[in-house]
Amino acid sequence: MTAVAKAEGRAFSDRSPVARSYRRFLGRASLLMFALVIISAYLLPLLYMVTTAFQQPGQSTTPGAPVYPATAQTATYQGKDYPLYSVPMPDGSTRQLILVEPGRESSGFIDPKDPSSTKIEWVGRWRTLQQTWTFAPLVENFSTAWTQLNFPRLLRNTFLIALLSTFGAVLSSTLVAYGFARFRFRGKNALFIILIATIILPFQVTLLPQYILFTWLGWNGTWLPLIIPHCFANAYNVFLLRQYFLSIPRELDEAAMIDGAGPFRVLRSVIIPQAIPAIVAVSLFHFFFAWNDFFVPYLYLASKPELQPLSIAIQQYNALYASQPTLIQASALMTMAVPIVVFLLAQRAFMRGVVVTGVEK
Amino acid sequence: MTATIEEIPSARPPARTFRLRPSVRESLWGYAFIAPWLVGLALFTAGPMLVSLALSLTDFNLVKPEAMKFVGLENYARLASDPTIWQSLIATFKFALFAIPLTMGASLGFAVLLNHPKLPFKGPLRALVYMPVMIPLVASTLVWLGFLNTETGWLNAILGAIGLPRIDWINSEAWVYPALSLIGLWGIGNFMLINIAGLQSVPTELYEAARMDGAGAWTQFRRITIPLMSPVLLYNLVIILIGTFQYFTQAFVITNGRGDPNNATLFMNLVLYREGFVFNHMGYAAAIAWLLFVIVLGLTLVLFAFARRRVYYAGGER
Repeated sequence: MTAVAKAEGRAFSDRSPVARSYRRFLGRASLLMFALVIISAYLLPLLYMVTTAFQQPGQSTTPGAPVYPATAQTATYQGKDYPLYSVPMPDGSTRQLILVEPGRESSGFIDPKDPSSTKIEWVGRWRTLQQTWTFAPLVENFSTAWTQLNFPRLLRNTFLIALLSTFGAVLSSTLVAYGFARFRFRGKNALFIILIATIILPFQVTLLPQYILFTWLGWNGTWLPLIIPHCFANAYNVFLLRQYFLSIPRELDEAAMIDGAGPFRVLRSVIIPQAIPAIVAVSLFHFFFAWNDFFVPYLYLASKPELQPLSIAIQQYNALYASQPTLIQASALMTMAVPIVVFLLAQRAFMRGVVVTGVEK
Repeated sequence: MTATIEEIPSARPPARTFRLRPSVRESLWGYAFIAPWLVGLALFTAGPMLVSLALSLTDFNLVKPEAMKFVGLENYARLASDPTIWQSLIATFKFALFAIPLTMGASLGFAVLLNHPKLPFKGPLRALVYMPVMIPLVASTLVWLGFLNTETGWLNAILGAIGLPRIDWINSEAWVYPALSLIGLWGIGNFMLINIAGLQSVPTELYEAARMDGAGAWTQFRRITIPLMSPVLLYNLVIILIGTFQYFTQAFVITNGRGDPNNATLFMNLVLYREGFVFNHMGYAAAIAWLLFVIVLGLTLVLFAFARRRVYYAGGER
């Protein structure tokens, strides 16, 4: 071992603290590099999205076009625009020339620096030449998609639906979780098992009767089917909140009760202030569940563009404009911007919540 | 911990005035607080389940509900002979064959990597892998659809660059399942976090003892990590399996609900959607929903029966 170290010209012994910490640093750095490479590959489609969203329409289908957003350069010659090509010259150099007379076997080029000079005849097929591209991100993709989709309306709809359904879901789930966490009543355990069992119940089984019910109530084509069913607590939220409520010492409740507080007062003044992290996690989860949901909004709002949330609208947008990937990717980027930013800001709350609901079962 | 209201003597009311016993009062409050869920269970779960069972025995059509007829088990008999149902079952099975191992493997692989004791910046790296879960499914599917595009997608460009042939990911009956499984990779965040929690619950003494006995990293993983994590892996497997049979949005987005190519992506949920909401055969759609429920329940029970023998619970028999 020491021989190797010497052979590499290191002055210190392999067992010295410096060498050890250097090796540890190297180990950590290479592991980090490995993780970064894997994660970059995993997230590569996001880079595709960003790149495409800024590209010129049709750039991706143009042969020879670069990956980054770019335009083919043109130059003006005698008042007209001509494309610019990288032309390999007989002397081995490459020159940027304007293609003015494309021909089958030979073409006429003009030097853009010296337009008045004679035409350069180049022998060979011009289609094999590389066009000159310059970096040019096209922001208009976003403004086009923004207006075509009526994005402000979509954002407002998505936000309102998500907000109202989160409010109902968190309020009801808090009440129910409090009931399960703090009161003794007959059948509590059986009811709690039924609550948890609803997680594996496929939603299709209740889908058709709900649809018929909502249609008969005249709610089809409104936001109510997207909001009202969530106002009756759901298993995930109740489970997470109950676990958290159970961890709050009962002595706090009792102290409040001795001071004459009723159950609602205890919930409001003791439990909820103590459980803010769990309530925030549940609210975030539900908000983005509602933000991202597709099937139920599609079922009730497919024919109501003025009430649709984002995910329905961009699906229908894709059905219309699938041939224009630049617009589709721009719309996808705008749709995911809010959830991603909020997630990155509040990732700890999210990721803790997952583990509570997932593992402690 | 178990001290409750009735143990406080002063809470006992004087005998003359009419008051409920504290334990009765406590259970009334309990029922009152869980009432929202009980009402919801009756209105949106239990009631609809019964109605849907009843519907599946009729030829109900929302457009002309008055013409409804009781047809007995006719819808269920039709299920067995409907080639579309069989095709969708086979499609789901083929998809599961790719998606389940890929999801389980990738979520475990990421968990092991991002829980490595020597890895710095674990928190931010985990957040990056989790992040795609937050992306609306429609948007992430559209991104992948572009990424997998035969002519202009990057994946084929990368394959071409290393000398492999281009693949017609979305429009080929054979490749659409691996393609959808790749899209599904962006949903592994939850499973990865649950796996990480599982990895962290394995006692380190076991690894130390194994190292003393000369066990290498792979042996430790096979003989200690996997057995001790089996309850967590089972939980993930059940959730993934249910998800596979509920599969809808991505398949709907890639072909706008047509089920192309050649009905290869016409999964059960798409058939149900089509029968129930496009063709208005609500009775038949209800029968499909129940078939789906029976399959999911059956597979879950089979998994649990299997788990009884193969899953190790550190706390002894449960």
